[in-house]
Amino acid sequence: MNLYAVAAIYKFEMARTRRTWLQSIVSPVISTSLYFVVFGAAIGSRISTIEGVSYGAFIVPGLMMLMLLTQSVTNAAIGIYFPRFAGTIYEILSAPASAIEIVLGYVGAAATKSIVLGLIILATSALFVPLRIAHPAWMLAFLVLTAVSFSLFGFILGIWADGFDKLQVVPLLIITPLTFLGGTFYSTSLLPPFWRTVTLFNPLVYLISGFRWSFFELADVNVGLSAAVVLLFLVVCLIIVYWIFKTGYRLKT
Amino acid sequence: MTPVISVAHLSKTYASGFQALKDINLEIRHGEIFALLGPNGAGKTTLIGIICGIVNPSSGSIAVDGHDVIADYRVTRSLIGLVPQELATDIFSSVWGTVSFSRGLFGKPAHPAYIQKVLQDLSLWDKKDHRIATLSGGMKRRLMIAKALAHEPRILFLDEPTAGVDVELRKDMWEMVRALRASGVTIILTTHYIEEAEQMADRVGVIHKGELILVENKAELMRKLGQKQLTLELREPIAAVPPALARHRLVLVDGGSKLVYTYDTQAEHIGITGLIDDLHLAGLRFKDLFTTERSLEEIFVGLVTERR
Repeated sequence: MNLYAVAAIYKFEMARTRRTWLQSIVSPVISTSLYFVVFGAAIGSRISTIEGVSYGAFIVPGLMMLMLLTQSVTNAAIGIYFPRFAGTIYEILSAPASAIEIVLGYVGAAATKSIVLGLIILATSALFVPLRIAHPAWMLAFLVLTAVSFSLFGFILGIWADGFDKLQVVPLLIITPLTFLGGTFYSTSLLPPFWRTVTLFNPLVYLISGFRWSFFELADVNVGLSAAVVLLFLVVCLIIVYWIFKTGYRLKT
Repeated sequence: MTPVISVAHLSKTYASGFQALKDINLEIRHGEIFALLGPNGAGKTTLIGIICGIVNPSSGSIAVDGHDVIADYRVTRSLIGLVPQELATDIFSSVWGTVSFSRGLFGKPAHPAYIQKVLQDLSLWDKKDHRIATLSGGMKRRLMIAKALAHEPRILFLDEPTAGVDVELRKDMWEMVRALRASGVTIILTTHYIEEAEQMADRVGVIHKGELILVENKAELMRKLGQKQLTLELREPIAAVPPALARHRLVLVDGGSKLVYTYDTQAEHIGITGLIDDLHLAGLRFKDLFTTERSLEEIFVGLVTERR
């Protein structure tokens, strides 16, 4: 195993985050905090508790998940797309590093950034609302698994994309709407039966529900099912990444 | 002696159907400087790309130091350093950062003293903390070499290393390449410039339309490629070349207003002085003269035709 290569890619990506800390860290924290202030403090003050949890606290897991998903996808996508765009990918491809080592470097760094951001948002939220985490181990497991699987998805996106506009399409037009419609700001149990059934086709419902359960033991769907959906998504992404390196899709001619 | 690189029956056809390489067979010897000459699109970069692992071969095999480049890619790639044609770098990184990154990527532990030596040898040490975006074109070119040398490779590929480089820097780079060879590094360079191959190479390969049409020792190839023409513009047109000038095998062109003399630049006596003397004795005066050499393209076409 070429651990030096993994470390080199990982450090390079983390250095990029440090160079762009305003955009990489401050911006997502501020935008998530704004959601929290508007929906949690302003509107939430007029909403009574949801199953015994204050509305301000109720939306914290959903907001964390919203940020985690978009940042994981964006960070990993840019991480691998930029070398392709700049032409520096030649060095990665000509190095004595396997696909696993390359993916570990890029996806590991993207997931690390997302997890750190998630924890910053959690700490910030705790300043405004009383938070309790009923199952810390599950919370961490959901946090890590979601960050890793969506970073893998972002890696795939970064290989598929042939322009910066395509990098934005998936986070803005797919991930964000599905997260908003997946119970970030509400419990799907509040929806009419028809729309509740429709939301079950949104995979992000399972992630948000499982993550919220780890905080408040409140879930729209069974927590085991939530964990299974995350794992299934992880496996699908791993299979696609394996195929990319096996065929050289958009990496090698 | 086992060749350091052995290419056997290598072919490459891209998805578009374009056949970039056709049954290439080539052996590179330990410690030599091998120049691969060819016009744009000849297949030079594709050949290097396949050896380095950037391009997938369609058929054939390549061994580096006896190891297959696909089955034993970790071994072969750790032996190779590549300086690509394009100045592809992360412009936001520092010089030190990017060279250290390259070393780690190729599986070597940090070695600040070695990186310092490489940067000093390439006159980049005083720029070590500068962002790449602030470097001049020549510095970026040297930085690409520093990155390729960061993991102490035993084989170095230089793909068009002096394209767009000024004369002074080109000579500096030639010196550096010679110094690397003296330290035991095998060097394969691609170039458009015959002069570069002439200055640097021990052996020269000529690739044209995906075919390796010639591999020769430099001296032999230069003899073949070294023909030039001297054109003399006469004051008064003549009807035929005077018999006294027959030994120079002159050709009369442009309605008798110009005489063309073909000579070999590699020959011990190129014969121009004798020609001028004989012209004078024959009573011919000229008002202008100029020399031309065959373009590389023409030479390649000539070589291809000759082989067929």
